[in-house]
Amino acid sequence: MGSRHAALTDTPSAKKKKKTPSLESYFVHCCEDAESSGTRFGLCRDMWDKIKADTEVLQDELNRKILDSLLDFTRKSSSTHHHSDWTSQMRASEIPTAALMLGVNVPDHDMTFQSLSDLLQQSVTPHVASVQAKECGALKHLMKKVLERLMNTVVVVDEEDEEENMQTSTQLHRSVHCSLRILCDWYIKCATGTPGKKRSCPVRDEQQQPPVVIIFKDLEAFNPRVLQDFILICSRYIDRLPLTFIFGIATSPSTIQHMLPYSVSSLLCIELFQSLSCTQHLATVIDKLILTPCIPFKLNGKVMQVLISIFLYHDFSVRNFIKGLQLALLEHFHSQPLSVLCCKKKQALLNVMQLSQPNLERIRQLPSFKRYVEKLEAQEQVNLMTSDTHLKEVCQKLIKDLRKYHKNYYPVLRCLHTLTSSLPRYPLGKQIRELHLICLEKNVWENEDYQSAMKLVKMLAKDELVALLQRCVEILQSSKSKNMKNALVQLEELLAKFKQLDSAAEMAPTVEASITSPIKNLQKKTDLFQLQKTLLEMNESRRAKRLSPFENLRNEALEFIDGLVKSHLSPPESQTLYEVCYYSSSATVRRHLNATPRTSIQAALSSPYYYLQNDRLKTDDGTVSSAAPDICIAYKLHLECGRLINLYDWLEAFTTVVSAGEGNDPDSENFGKVDEVKHARFIRAVSELEFLGFIKSTKQKTDHVARLTWGGC
Amino acid sequence: MTALLKHPGYNEERLQRVAEQLPCREVQVGMLLSLMGQPQQYSYPSVFIYGHRASGKSHVMHVLMKELELPHATVSCVECVSVVLLFEQVLLSFFGCDAASLLPRSPSLSDFVRIYRQQCSQSPAKQTRYIVMEKAELLRDTDASLLPALLRLQELVEDNVTVILLSEIIWDKFRPNTGCFEPLLLHFPDYSKGELQQILSQNRHSSYSAEFYSTYINILLGVFYSVCRDLRELRHLAALNFSKFCEPLAEGKVKETDTHKLWKHIEPHLKKAMQTVYLREVSSLQWEQMQQMEEKEAGALRGLSAHTHVELPYYSKFLLIAAYLASYNPARTDKRFFLKHHGKIRKTNFLKKNEKTSNHLLGPKPFPLDRLLAIFYSVVDSRVAPTASIFSQISSLVTLQLLAQVSHDDQLDAPKYKCAVSLEFICAISRTVNFDIVKYLYDFL
Repeated sequence: MGSRHAALTDTPSAKKKKKTPSLESYFVHCCEDAESSGTRFGLCRDMWDKIKADTEVLQDELNRKILDSLLDFTRKSSSTHHHSDWTSQMRASEIPTAALMLGVNVPDHDMTFQSLSDLLQQSVTPHVASVQAKECGALKHLMKKVLERLMNTVVVVDEEDEEENMQTSTQLHRSVHCSLRILCDWYIKCATGTPGKKRSCPVRDEQQQPPVVIIFKDLEAFNPRVLQDFILICSRYIDRLPLTFIFGIATSPSTIQHMLPYSVSSLLCIELFQSLSCTQHLATVIDKLILTPCIPFKLNGKVMQVLISIFLYHDFSVRNFIKGLQLALLEHFHSQPLSVLCCKKKQALLNVMQLSQPNLERIRQLPSFKRYVEKLEAQEQVNLMTSDTHLKEVCQKLIKDLRKYHKNYYPVLRCLHTLTSSLPRYPLGKQIRELHLICLEKNVWENEDYQSAMKLVKMLAKDELVALLQRCVEILQSSKSKNMKNALVQLEELLAKFKQLDSAAEMAPTVEASITSPIKNLQKKTDLFQLQKTLLEMNESRRAKRLSPFENLRNEALEFIDGLVKSHLSPPESQTLYEVCYYSSSATVRRHLNATPRTSIQAALSSPYYYLQNDRLKTDDGTVSSAAPDICIAYKLHLECGRLINLYDWLEAFTTVVSAGEGNDPDSENFGKVDEVKHARFIRAVSELEFLGFIKSTKQKTDHVARLTWGGC
Repeated sequence: MTALLKHPGYNEERLQRVAEQLPCREVQVGMLLSLMGQPQQYSYPSVFIYGHRASGKSHVMHVLMKELELPHATVSCVECVSVVLLFEQVLLSFFGCDAASLLPRSPSLSDFVRIYRQQCSQSPAKQTRYIVMEKAELLRDTDASLLPALLRLQELVEDNVTVILLSEIIWDKFRPNTGCFEPLLLHFPDYSKGELQQILSQNRHSSYSAEFYSTYINILLGVFYSVCRDLRELRHLAALNFSKFCEPLAEGKVKETDTHKLWKHIEPHLKKAMQTVYLREVSSLQWEQMQQMEEKEAGALRGLSAHTHVELPYYSKFLLIAAYLASYNPARTDKRFFLKHHGKIRKTNFLKKNEKTSNHLLGPKPFPLDRLLAIFYSVVDSRVAPTASIFSQISSLVTLQLLAQVSHDDQLDAPKYKCAVSLEFICAISRTVNFDIVKYLYDFL
């Protein structure tokens, strides 16, 4: 009601928006709370822009090393090309080739190739062409694409005009058939800059010639025959045309040897370049985008789990992961009116003051807020429920608390990860994302794995422990929050104590004296019962024995860490107003990113009501109304059959149901009779089912069809 | 050699130069020259020259044409994506650009003949014109009428023209069903070891004596002759390893004549080259860099085939495992492996007469998609929804060439696949997901 009212008052601006259908109008359309939708759209866009910019920077940083080495490679290969010493005259002129190992996450490759060709064009050579397997079915097409991309990008129109008289023949036929000879002539013309006699004499100057780079984006998908011929042709021109190949390989470099016979691969001078693995890539992305208080938008444990499992189980694609993040972001701002508060601190505090009446009511309805209120005194509870201004003030405080929570959460998470990531069997996970998921789920310190991890930490040698604590100090140093600064001071004190121990280490006397006596006893007695008793005693005494100063200190350090964890790593659900920042609808994300076509078809067939929105089709669960579309009836009937379905029985059942649907009198003579129309309808329904893949004809029995699907999923 | 020098109609000085450039091919060159006759005489319409890779076919033709300044067109058939390019190049070399531009957009053979005759009447041949076709074996894949027509092009265009076909395959494999004009056959035998030695020794490094270089070539051939007789490749290897050979000399440890010490120094190095750079496991550029590095560092460089590890998403791994099982197990045995209560069925019960040989020796067998999925669902440990991405993973495995689609692309109904990975590869993959694949393979039962 409130939202409709708001929409009415907002008509002028809404009308304006409608005139120019933009992204915003799509966003605002059928949005939860229309009033704040504009603001939310702005926030959402800003945040996405920031995420996008961040990922691009990240991508560039991650790829820098491999791209730099590739650039070096192309530069080097072009410079070594025109040596005139004995060796280079003698050796076969091979085509320099970079085998770029990219991993199987094919969707991510585009971005890498894009930045590679951009960088090449900027700094090495203007002549870069990238080709994809799907556009090069035959040698002709490959040739054409390469020539088009190389020559069109550089050749200026008026320059061509000058050449027209001389090159009419080639110009005329260029679109019909293109050979590398034309490319070669064109290249020489480009390189010299002066139109004239080509076939430049081999004893030309040593001047740097820009190489011609051809990038094969997906080597595996190329037809080997086409590739072989292309390489053979290119090798004929290598002394005139400084070609360089870059092969994008998704699997392993032995693919080259599988695809190219020796006679062809001996024409190439292949160098291997290994790019970063996609899991490392994802780890960095998560580190920079998710595990940071800078971006207020957060994913809850389940959504995070969905995105990560899509990555690990299905595609290994970082690009798709970020797309998933984008989807969650959009959905959050679209569906949650309170997401106006999900932004930078200043803006959020401002937005709190401008919250509308319905939104304040929404806050009061939030489960986390209710929990918060219940803990307060009665008077305060009443105040919050009745006074809007008071609520706003409290909200401001709560928003600040939430921010503080995030500021403390991430550094402590990192510290805990540093301590536990190198333990044997990785009780809390090898990657920080695993630990993060555990922490999002529930109180991490109640987890069994946490306890065993802590026990393992206790077993660490002193220097290992000190090194880990030192790294924790470094992590805490980068944090600006007040709590973290306090923690830093304490941790540094502890470390200092550890160092003091070092100097005092030699002085510590051994406690062995106490143990020796039972061992002596043990040697005397051979009775089994006595033995057990003494062993137990020994155990007791060892446990009770005075701890060494190191052990004391270690326990102190661990208690400190435990304290930090307990106070800062509680799951976000325990925080008041967490709904503002956390997106939690994992089902939506899963539905959008990991579609299940068969499930939806089956759902449509078994409950057509939801799709057709026709009340007549509404039935109790399990049954299908006889007024449903034919295919639904046929589908429902076929579910009751075994592996083979008798077509005639099926037809009979079908006509009975359909007749009942038509309202015929069950006692009349024609009821359930197969007439031509029903027969035709049945045949159509069956063939539709066959088209959808539920049945197929079988040779075992001529009047039967075989059922193909089983089970609910 | 004297026979060569006395060919009438050609400049003796030039013949001399030809002889110098073509060592160890005197017989073949003499034969060719006598076939060609004097420049103005008509020559045999077509000559077919065959011989292995790097036996000097193209080189001989090139030198002859160039040094004797004969009118010729050299065409590489691999380059002729379409016949247009072939026609264009011939016309271009004989009559210039203008003639080539007369060709219509998609010319037929008769267009070519027409234009050739037309041009030929304007500038008739004063001496024999030659068309040299390299890699002629590719002509077999083109239009069926092209090869027979080329073989008797002389008749067709009524000009003094000879077509010379160069091929690595014997003529018998060319002969079309319908029969054709038989060209003259000329075989270029492989170079013998002595000949290789002679040819390779010719291009010696200017700062070393001929004897020294000849010693080097001798050692090189001693190592490589058993595996490689390709002149081009040998020359390449000689160039790559020569600096290493000279190393002790530069350090002043040995004299040029101390063959035994030189041999001791270079032999292990050449052996290593045979396993790496010769197989293109390591690129020649990297090989040269390695020579300058210390022994230890060089060991770190791994060849191409050393990187076989492939990272795959979790379900892709299981799909690949399922595909492997489907490819190498007979479908009858699926019940035995994937049903919980299969009872005790021994291998002998399954054995059919013809199945005594191991499936791994026979190679992968095709299987339909539903069998793949059925096996997939039973080997994967958790419950997996049949989502779209499972299916898209199958097709991406096909593009990665880990699976091969056997049925045609158009067949949507029940596509069939084959698994294209080795046992070693699949074992490595299944180890990462803790799946004991050997237990599920019929061959290892």
